[in-house]
Amino acid sequence: METFLEEVNKKIHGVPLQACYHCRKCTAGCPAAPYMEYNPNKVIKMIQNGQKEKVLSSSTIWLCLSCETCITRCPNQVDIARMMDVLRQMAIEQGVAAKEANVLKFHEAFLSSIKFGGRVHEMLMTVHYKLKSGDLFGDVDIAPAMFLKGKLSLLPPRTKDLKSVKNIFEKTKTT
Amino acid sequence: MKVSYYPGCSLHGMGKEYDQSMKAVSRALNIELKEIDDWSCCGASAAHNTNFDLSVALPARNLIAAEKDAMDVMVPCAACFNRFKMAEHHLKADPDLKTRIEGAVGAKYQGGIAIRNPIDVIYTEIGIDALTAKVVKPMTGLKPVSYYGCLLLRPPEVCQFENYENPFMLDKMMGAIGADVKNWSYKTDCCGGSLSVSKTAIVVDMCDKLMGAAREAGANCVVTACPMCMANLEMRPSPNMKMPVFYFTELLSLAMGLPGSAETFKSHLTDPQPLLSQLRLI
Repeated sequence: METFLEEVNKKIHGVPLQACYHCRKCTAGCPAAPYMEYNPNKVIKMIQNGQKEKVLSSSTIWLCLSCETCITRCPNQVDIARMMDVLRQMAIEQGVAAKEANVLKFHEAFLSSIKFGGRVHEMLMTVHYKLKSGDLFGDVDIAPAMFLKGKLSLLPPRTKDLKSVKNIFEKTKTT
Repeated sequence: MKVSYYPGCSLHGMGKEYDQSMKAVSRALNIELKEIDDWSCCGASAAHNTNFDLSVALPARNLIAAEKDAMDVMVPCAACFNRFKMAEHHLKADPDLKTRIEGAVGAKYQGGIAIRNPIDVIYTEIGIDALTAKVVKPMTGLKPVSYYGCLLLRPPEVCQFENYENPFMLDKMMGAIGADVKNWSYKTDCCGGSLSVSKTAIVVDMCDKLMGAAREAGANCVVTACPMCMANLEMRPSPNMKMPVFYFTELLSLAMGLPGSAETFKSHLTDPQPLLSQLRLI
């Protein structure tokens, strides 16, 4: 049977995680590391140790901002940013509940908006996210100002050939 | 020169000031823009966080549409630029993936057009001298720090941005329009944009740190080329930490004296007009 390390390496499809010599440069430069349950370097160690459940159910994978500072500075070109993408996708595909549930709900609301109109309508997307997350009152103080300044349009933008966009979602489905 | 233009969702919504000023500046610098026919969203963070193939296929649909016009495509939004470059990178590196993505999009990807951001287009194709020659109102008294953020620069072998750890193109452009650009070491630090809505408390911390560093450097405003950074830096810092944030194209437009250049300042969430009128720039 494939180990967790082999599974992650296969999906990263690049430099294997064994190339990491744990210099911790990734973690030193990571702006989200202070907020993470396990820092990026620790995650690599945990993958090498086969701690799959702990990693996939951690807050770390959802707090990674994808700023790509880690891969930029890694002396061995280990693509840690891609590793985080892979871990999030594994968690989704394997039905592991997202520890930072609202982060995933925001992504889902965003993707629904694309599926609906081909382009994202910021107001509809925000309403959708609020209903999903239950975070009804965050930013309600900013919304009227945005509306008055013409930043929130009422009419959702649309891609004419919406069928081609829906097709992309259909054909790339993983779950 | 003539380029394909991909505004993306932000530039037709929250980032409309960037679209308006980008178009005005392009016209003045003889960069003709041809919007990509019937474009769709690039998928942004939401796609690459959840589904790799989707994150390549969504920009690929637009790249393939742009290839019909056979011109380089200019992508002002840093987030869209990053997703376009990533898609190009993966499509060129992995033939199996390319076949899968072409199947999902329903068309072939040729890979023959370059993806460019406007900082590079203006700096490289138009040049600092030509830009300086167009300045009618030097930005005297304006002390910006240049904020490049993440998505234009990283990963470096994908984005191919000049001097990615200490970029300078935006700084030189601001110098050319007469601004007193301040040096700082946070040019390429992340503002937390992708978690702005879902983990706001963390992002307030990150934005406060950036604004504090900008003040320490002696700046009175921040200049950006990313609608995510703009929204984040305008909304998220604590009230006592806020300072005006501009799209670089808004300042180029103002310095070149282009018609309507003061209009975009009215819709900012942190009002830059008091600073600009105090400096007699509007």
